[in-house]
Amino acid sequence: MKGISKEFSGNKVLNDINFKLYPGEILGLVGENGAGKSTLMKILFGMDEIRDTGGYGGDVLIDGQKVKFNSSEDAIRQGIGMVHQEFSLIPDFTVGENILLNREPEKYSVMSELFGKRLNTLDRKEMQRRALKAIERLGVELDANRKISGLPVGYKQFTEIARELSKEDDEKVEGAKGIRLLVLDEPTAVLSEHEAVALLKAMRMLSDAGISIIFISHRLQEIIDVCDSIMVMRDGLIIRHVDKAEADVQKIAQWMVGRTVKQERVVKADRHVDDEIVLSVSGLKVEMPGEMVKDVSFSVRKGEIFGLGGLAGQGKIGIPNGIMGLYLANGKVEFEGRPVRLNDPSGALDSGMAFVSEDRRGVGLLLDESLEWNVAFGAMQVKNRFLKKVGPVRFRDAEAIRKVTEEYVDLLQIRCTSTKQRARQLSGGNQQKICLAKAFALAPKLLFVSEPTRGIDVGAKALVLEALRKYNEENGTTIVMISSELEELRSICDRIAIVHDGAIAGTLDATSSSEDFGVLMLGEMKEA
Amino acid sequence: MKRPQVNPKELLINNLVPILFIVICIIGIPLSGYSGTYLLNEILSRLGRNSFLVLSLLIPVMAGMGLNFGMTLGAMAGQIGLIFVSDWSIVGIPGMVLAAIISVPISVILGYMCGTILNRAKGREMVTSYIIGFFMNGVYQLFVLYFMGSIIPIKSSALVLPRGYGIRNTVNLESMRKSLDNLIPFNIFGASVPLATFILVALFCLFIVWFRRTKLGQDMRAVGQDMEVARQAGIKVERTRVLSIILSTVFAGFGMIIYLQNIGTLNTYNSHSQIGMFSIAALLVGGASVDKANIRNVFIGIILFHLMFTIAPTVGRNLIGEAQLGEYFRVFVSYGVITLALVLYEMRKRRAERIALERGEEVVA
Repeated sequence: MKGISKEFSGNKVLNDINFKLYPGEILGLVGENGAGKSTLMKILFGMDEIRDTGGYGGDVLIDGQKVKFNSSEDAIRQGIGMVHQEFSLIPDFTVGENILLNREPEKYSVMSELFGKRLNTLDRKEMQRRALKAIERLGVELDANRKISGLPVGYKQFTEIARELSKEDDEKVEGAKGIRLLVLDEPTAVLSEHEAVALLKAMRMLSDAGISIIFISHRLQEIIDVCDSIMVMRDGLIIRHVDKAEADVQKIAQWMVGRTVKQERVVKADRHVDDEIVLSVSGLKVEMPGEMVKDVSFSVRKGEIFGLGGLAGQGKIGIPNGIMGLYLANGKVEFEGRPVRLNDPSGALDSGMAFVSEDRRGVGLLLDESLEWNVAFGAMQVKNRFLKKVGPVRFRDAEAIRKVTEEYVDLLQIRCTSTKQRARQLSGGNQQKICLAKAFALAPKLLFVSEPTRGIDVGAKALVLEALRKYNEENGTTIVMISSELEELRSICDRIAIVHDGAIAGTLDATSSSEDFGVLMLGEMKEA
Repeated sequence: MKRPQVNPKELLINNLVPILFIVICIIGIPLSGYSGTYLLNEILSRLGRNSFLVLSLLIPVMAGMGLNFGMTLGAMAGQIGLIFVSDWSIVGIPGMVLAAIISVPISVILGYMCGTILNRAKGREMVTSYIIGFFMNGVYQLFVLYFMGSIIPIKSSALVLPRGYGIRNTVNLESMRKSLDNLIPFNIFGASVPLATFILVALFCLFIVWFRRTKLGQDMRAVGQDMEVARQAGIKVERTRVLSIILSTVFAGFGMIIYLQNIGTLNTYNSHSQIGMFSIAALLVGGASVDKANIRNVFIGIILFHLMFTIAPTVGRNLIGEAQLGEYFRVFVSYGVITLALVLYEMRKRRAERIALERGEEVVA
């Protein structure tokens, strides 16, 4: 493997990326979410996604020869294995069955003459042998006969890697050259300390055996411990590609986070926030797939804009979803001194909290209804606003709904043809504004805003942030804002808590340096 | 890691349906006043005629498609086979074999159609297959009531309605009645045992055990547990699912033929529509759930469910003086069981989620 160089212009997710990888080298790849790491790896692995979106520019060279992968199978044939962030394991199968999933050795059976190959029986002995061989190469202790569902996550991860390793003695894949490059996408994210150490050891063993590894991780210390060289990506560019001797945690964090464009803080200098605690959360656990919250405690002061930041998948989005009762949660939440009943969305709303979901099309909006409806239906339901009583029956007060919608359309500069337009027809940014208007119409005492600027353009972004800030200032509403973009949080929040691995890594004043935040995001525990 | 402890409460909840039935039967048997020999005879005969049908449900459960209400399609195919065979006056075992052969292509086509539709309704297989059953009932009636005797030649006047086309309400299968059951005469405690039928059922059980160990069986289990993971591993998910439904339909067709040879008459327009529900109810009574069913569930289920079936009318008469009430009770119970099992399944899933969350706590702490 002499050199791989790629460029990917188009929408500039990746821009002129060049790097080389030597046999047995472990390359650490770091960068914030959206820096382009995953896209790069998908190109390398020939994923359908890339081809469906118009292919890529540049060349991938293996052993000095240009290769073009039409599918992941091609990549596997060239000896590239990839372990994804999400496990692709069958829970009720044993470790061995999972390692050889759909590549099971078969024994001849008479029935297969009649009904085709799939009626061959499985060769259990051979399966066991191959599974054990792969596990042995990995250098870990793993019982091939245990069921996956009962295993700790670390062992699931090992199973995945063993599966990649076992591919080399498949006779089925013609022309397979054996595994030579292994891509590990955040393998340690879900592992405990102890398991991670075992994994790193296994990686070293594989590297000694001549297998190159691209290791993506947010845990910088691991990267420094195990990698031969480190590549830092940001905004689709390679910022640095250095030998491990030249790097330390602080430096890497700086390269990752440091941005050329700084957003200005727009908060007034004389801003004053009471010390009164309005929301306190302790020991919160939320079962939200991909955003597990394990143990979160924080408190928010009255009238404050409180930021929750951190990398994707660390659990920050799970926090409001758990408190508002949208996902199964457990723990203690007190709002205005009264405990909030969890797992009860209407209870949370009744107590005066509101939530602008990150999933605006799914949870936030009634896409096929008019803007008026979208703005008002939450308030009608929860606050009995916009209703008029005629006898025992309550009717919608269409006039009041129209008025309030127009008001918000003006206030938030929502671009629409009329307040009767359907929500589906608006652009993402304007849909987001409708979501905000809907939450504002509830007149909440506390507002959770989750990823309010995700997927909307710069102009709309500024407007949304400004609207939040103003609303906070004018009504004294406490706002808890969750965002993956640190700069955005720093521009309007008073304090920011960084969530890492389902827990709060630390809470900092918004004016702290980006290096400090960077370090927290990567889970280096440090109190502010 | 420690093994999960067997919690008596857990055990009760997980086996609520079978336990409920055992209680019903224990109370009901003395009240019915039936002799042991009679009950044994009844149960053996019912085991023989229903086992094959219920076993045919196992394969789709394995493939994660839930309880195949679409087995009615197989039953229809089996009945069509029987109608033809009676028309050609082929009797006994050869008649059954021929009927089975005729039913296979019909079952395959219907199963393929059903499986393809179910692939478009992933996650809602059960309700979809239930409705397909109703829909195909209409098509079946069209064929049997209008085409047979007019387009499709049926000669026997004993079969065709007096108006010249369409099959009569009941088809007499006296010529093959119990021909399989009594192929090998065998008695135990004064009760006759349908030994040949049991041998067939045993063979089918062996087939299922073997099938689980084939590549296709392994693929089905993988697909049943996680379609996405299976797809990523290169398993043809859709094809595998369709195959599981086709297999189930074909076997349901055979099952229906075995069932009807025991009964001895074919209720042209009703037999098939009840059989799906009763088979599924029996499987659930045996302790199966939407995503887990094994051979043991089949036999426990048939014994308990049909014991209840046998004693219900007399218990009704002895208690309240009306056999009709017992009749009502059986239908009521079959639907009730299906509902209960479905609700319990959802509850158990929720509980498992909650337990997983609480476990997560321990890991963190």
